[in-house]
Amino acid sequence: MAIESTNTEQPTIRVVLAKLGLDGHDRGIKVVARILRDAGMEVVYLGLRQTTASIVAAAEEEDADAIGLSMHNAGHLALAPSMLAALHDADLDIPLIIGGIIPEADIPILEGSGVAAILGPGAPAEEVVTAVRGAVAART
Amino acid sequence: MSVKKLSVPELVGRALEGDRRAIGRMLTLIERGGEPADEITDLTHPATKGAHVVGITGAPGAGKSTLTGQLIRHLPTLGLKPAVLAVDPSSPLTGGAILGDRVRMDDVAGDGGFIRSVATRGYAGGLALSVPGSVRAFDACGFGPVLIETVGVGQVEVDVAGAADTTVVVVNPGWGDAVQANKAGLLEVADVFVINKADRDGANDTRRDLELMLDLSHVSGLEDGTGYRPPILMTTATDGLGVEAMWEAVTAHQAHLEATSALERRRAARFRYEVASRLTTRMERSIARSLDGLTPDGRSPATVAADLAADLLA
Ligand code: B12
Ligand SMILES: Nc1nc2c(ncn2[C@@H]2O[C@H](COP(=O)(O)OP(=O)(O)OP(=O)(O)O)[C@@H](O)[C@H]2O)c(=O)[nH]1
Ligand SMILES: [Mg+2]
Repeated sequence: MAIESTNTEQPTIRVVLAKLGLDGHDRGIKVVARILRDAGMEVVYLGLRQTTASIVAAAEEEDADAIGLSMHNAGHLALAPSMLAALHDADLDIPLIIGGIIPEADIPILEGSGVAAILGPGAPAEEVVTAVRGAVAART
Repeated sequence: MSVKKLSVPELVGRALEGDRRAIGRMLTLIERGGEPADEITDLTHPATKGAHVVGITGAPGAGKSTLTGQLIRHLPTLGLKPAVLAVDPSSPLTGGAILGDRVRMDDVAGDGGFIRSVATRGYAGGLALSVPGSVRAFDACGFGPVLIETVGVGQVEVDVAGAADTTVVVVNPGWGDAVQANKAGLLEVADVFVINKADRDGANDTRRDLELMLDLSHVSGLEDGTGYRPPILMTTATDGLGVEAMWEAVTAHQAHLEATSALERRRAARFRYEVASRLTTRMERSIARSLDGLTPDGRSPATVAADLAADLLA
């Protein structure tokens, strides 16, 4: 049995990924899960049809360092703020990162409401990893 | 206030009061190991109540998560407060992991349950090194039973039997041949057999194969001479069919353990196992220190090892 050295210099980043609401486009978020795993992170994938309450509960139980949602059904201007409000109500100071189909014009609105990073179609792996690392580092 | 800023005793104090964020954070520190994890062990140990620990194991895709998800929905109706440790493998290349078991488990937070996804972090045997510590933490925080879903395992990875009171082995229809071939492995540790996906063809054949195997040999390795025969249950986890009966079989096994004082024996074995693995970790660190910068200098490796051992064990 291999025993990993404990107390590693850099604690492993744990990210909760989910699809919020009825949007069934899960291809992108699964790609993101693999990208983050390959960058050495532990990704807790919750799957489709999650609610803000189920994501908050998972973030608490999993001690998440970041939450990532992907949105493809044009609901982001309602969904992202409601997720942020749920995190705030639960007193969870965890960065929220969003990807998927987000029109250019909406990016400043989301950033203004407190979304830590926003990525769109074709975002390369390095960008995805940098966004998550950066968002986590900014809160610690 | 962020639980990250609390001292370990403050954090454990909050966790024992039921603060979910504190429990989540405490589990992270246990997974990281080292001194904070040892301190948590010492602080949670006195608060343990002896929760029933149930291991759920079986090949990849057998339906372990779906069954566990059904159990954590069922158990609160019996007045229980279940916690789950769902283990998935870490990538040996990058150390990262995709922990996907929760996809098949409805969130139970509202009912007071708790699910934690755990990566193996290089530990073989279908579990993670942190599992005993996390089980202890859940027990101390008032959860029970504690369900451990292992990595999807083959025949050699049967550590879960050492970590649990009751081990449930999940198989699927059509696995008759595999069952025969695996006699010496997974099946030896089964306290309860579950044939999941009973909605598929061949469930009865698989049951017959298992019964035959039980007739031929006593397979539940840890239960010598007590006359216990692992029951075989059928479930369709996706519809929840058979899940209540499965839980009854698990509690019947627990009652058997208590009646025969096998529970004490298992828990003593578990204690020794945990002490041994902690000792191993300490020894490996000392050995690594002794080997650091060691050069031959014309000496025999046997002599050097004997001298170093004398120093290490002095
Ligand atoms: C494949 C696809 C489907 C598949 C989905 C399969 C699946 N299981 O995912 C199917 C055929 C089922 C489908 C159905 C529909 N679709 Co569709 N679909 C697409 C399509 C062509 C590609 C999406 C995709 O998989 N891309 C590949 C992945 C890898 O990219 P990605 O998701 O963008 O993810 C990347 C980044 O965004 C980022 N990222 C994403 N999420 C996250 C999260 C984090 C944390 C981070 C860091 C990064 C990140 O990183 C990823 C890697 O670069 C898009 C068009 C497009 N160009 O995007 C339309 C599109 C998304 N679909 C669309 C529509 C309208 C629908 C339907 C409503 C169509 C219909 N009328 O039936 C249905 C709805 C289904 C449902 N239940 O929700 C529209 C959405 C319009 C909008 N938002 O305004 C699009 C944009 C097409 C269009 N131009 O009109 N669709
Ligand atoms: N037909 C049928 N499918 C089932 C049943 N139980 C589970 N499944 C399906 O089997 C697949 C695997 O189920 P999981 O619960 O994820 O299996 P697992 O053993 O946890 O898998 P790993 O954790 O990856 O080893 C899923 O697609 C389930 O929906 C069942 O009783 N009948
Ligand atoms: Mg599973």
